[in-house]
Amino acid sequence: MEEIIRHLTPLLKEITGYIYPNEIELHWGILVVIYPYITGLVAGAFILASIVKIFNVKEVQPTYRISLLTALAFLIVAPLPLLAHLGHPEKSYEIFLTPNTSSAMAMFGFVYAWYLMAVLLLEIWFDYRKDIILWAKKETGFRKWLHKILSLFSVDVSERAIKFDKKAVKIITVIGIPSAFLLHGYVGFIFGSVKANPWWSSVLMPIVFLFSAIVSGIALILIIYMIVTPLRAKQIDMVCLNKLASYLFYVMIVDFSLEALDFMHRIYESEESIKILSQLVSGKLFVSLIVIQLLIGMLIPLGAIATVKIFDLPDELKKQIYFLSALLVQVGIFTTRWNVVIGGQLFSKSFSGLTAYKMTFFGMEGLLTSIGLLLLPFIILFVLFKILPPWDEARTAVK
Amino acid sequence: MEHLKTQEGHAIERRGFIKKILQGCAALLFPGFLLAKTKKGRTKPWVLENGYNPAEHDWGMGININKCIGCGRCADACKRENNVPRAPFFFRTWVERYRIFENGKSLIDSPNGAINGFKFPADEKNIIRSFFVPKLCNHCDNPPCVQVCPVGATFKTADGVVLVDSNYCIGCRYCIQACPYGARFLDPRTRTAEKCTFCYHRIVKGKLPACVEVCPTQARVFGELKKKASPLVRFMRMNKIRVLKPSLNTEPKVYYANLDMEVR
Repeated sequence: MEEIIRHLTPLLKEITGYIYPNEIELHWGILVVIYPYITGLVAGAFILASIVKIFNVKEVQPTYRISLLTALAFLIVAPLPLLAHLGHPEKSYEIFLTPNTSSAMAMFGFVYAWYLMAVLLLEIWFDYRKDIILWAKKETGFRKWLHKILSLFSVDVSERAIKFDKKAVKIITVIGIPSAFLLHGYVGFIFGSVKANPWWSSVLMPIVFLFSAIVSGIALILIIYMIVTPLRAKQIDMVCLNKLASYLFYVMIVDFSLEALDFMHRIYESEESIKILSQLVSGKLFVSLIVIQLLIGMLIPLGAIATVKIFDLPDELKKQIYFLSALLVQVGIFTTRWNVVIGGQLFSKSFSGLTAYKMTFFGMEGLLTSIGLLLLPFIILFVLFKILPPWDEARTAVK
Repeated sequence: MEHLKTQEGHAIERRGFIKKILQGCAALLFPGFLLAKTKKGRTKPWVLENGYNPAEHDWGMGININKCIGCGRCADACKRENNVPRAPFFFRTWVERYRIFENGKSLIDSPNGAINGFKFPADEKNIIRSFFVPKLCNHCDNPPCVQVCPVGATFKTADGVVLVDSNYCIGCRYCIQACPYGARFLDPRTRTAEKCTFCYHRIVKGKLPACVEVCPTQARVFGELKKKASPLVRFMRMNKIRVLKPSLNTEPKVYYANLDMEVR
């Protein structure tokens, strides 16, 4: 009690205009920024993997398994920020047991469970099944048993069985794409359906979320591929990299167009909230929205990749530009989430004033927890890479 | 015979036990087996215990802006009656002061929710309109907070009051985001959502909400919405009525008389 009062009292000075007295405490902090950011990466990475399977794009094949494992690593972490931000995490199971059917948030558990169990784990299992069995045969000790358990003790590597695996992967991918859309579109809906908040309330919200998710997912896989490959003392496949950068470029253009449409639509309609929102954009959100999200996170990477496409630059330079662009895109998408979640709470619903957000360093909802939650998926991914090596030679070695 | 009875008793006990285990497993296997609605039903016996039948009532509040003098006794009484933290960040009800100037600019304030009233400004020149607006939960007939609650911890009773079951609230704060009126807050002691209850513990005993009881000018009118003899119905007959943010279709049940266009 004293702690929260000590935290909120200095904020009283930051208020401009009038806000409702209950609005001084900003309720959805950094953890709720991380949640859509992470689910976005999951959906994006999965959709990239699906492109390989469905459209049979051979060029990006080296990233297929990396994408799947990345999606899994981030999906495991996705509910943690939500859990940590609850006032009563110990009661969170109530969302599963007694969901309120009219609530968008109540669907989280079902969407999540569906995506994890019915899509991602199944696809990974079917895709790896043959390899896991063959690895288990060659290995000894702990790893042998680990792989035996992971294969669920299946041993059939006959041609018919493998044909079935391939078919299963294809079917799951077909189901998986709308599921990935659902997973992240749903996160957008949570915000987009809040009619009390004009910054959030928009039918475009799920779609904008989705495309920014694909952008961030592709950029993440590009970064992981570019870091992991040299670490394994292997050559980066330039054809693959060029293709990834191309995808990134085109999806960013779609994302940019959608966001521009949203922006123009708001200005053109010029509703009751327009004055306070323009105050917000030109004031408290100027740096994070215009400078970081738009300029650094969108226009500069777009320009950089376009330059690579127009002028035939040497491979080394290309790599550097791709890598830096993908990093900037990550920063951009993270601030996109920030601007939606935090930005939507910086103005009063009385439309007469602005408030401030002060992040704590320690504590459940502090910066330290957030950094931990953002690093955790990479640790999980490292373990997954050890257990289920996604590299091509791991696959061919046992053939 | 006696012997048989005990055996049968055991059999029934065992059967009941197995049944419970099966139900428990089913609950685990099928999340959502028990809907939030079922859980909500449990408040009913508590209310009925008091000899009060919610189905016989339909509550609302009228507020006459012209009568409010901004003394803030309602906001203070609410904090005392409902044990709301005294810190200036948690309010079930508060009073706003509006000052509109000749040049069209307006100034709104609510120092500490007006629990200590307002200090009069030294310079009152150029003000063309000035008035006070008490605010509280609108107990919407179409409440967005109830719609979004993932576990159904906040609900609308049969008598039209929107309540929160704090034993059940998980503190996700989606309801706080969904409320267009800023009427909800997170109680720092319980970490659950809190809001005005129309002093439900008082109205089930036939008393008035604390804020209505202490208002020296009777600016607040509490009563039935559908009974002709109700003071609220009379209030709504004698005045031109407006609600806050009608465009959001929340259908508020706090009705304002003489509300200014500046108020949101």
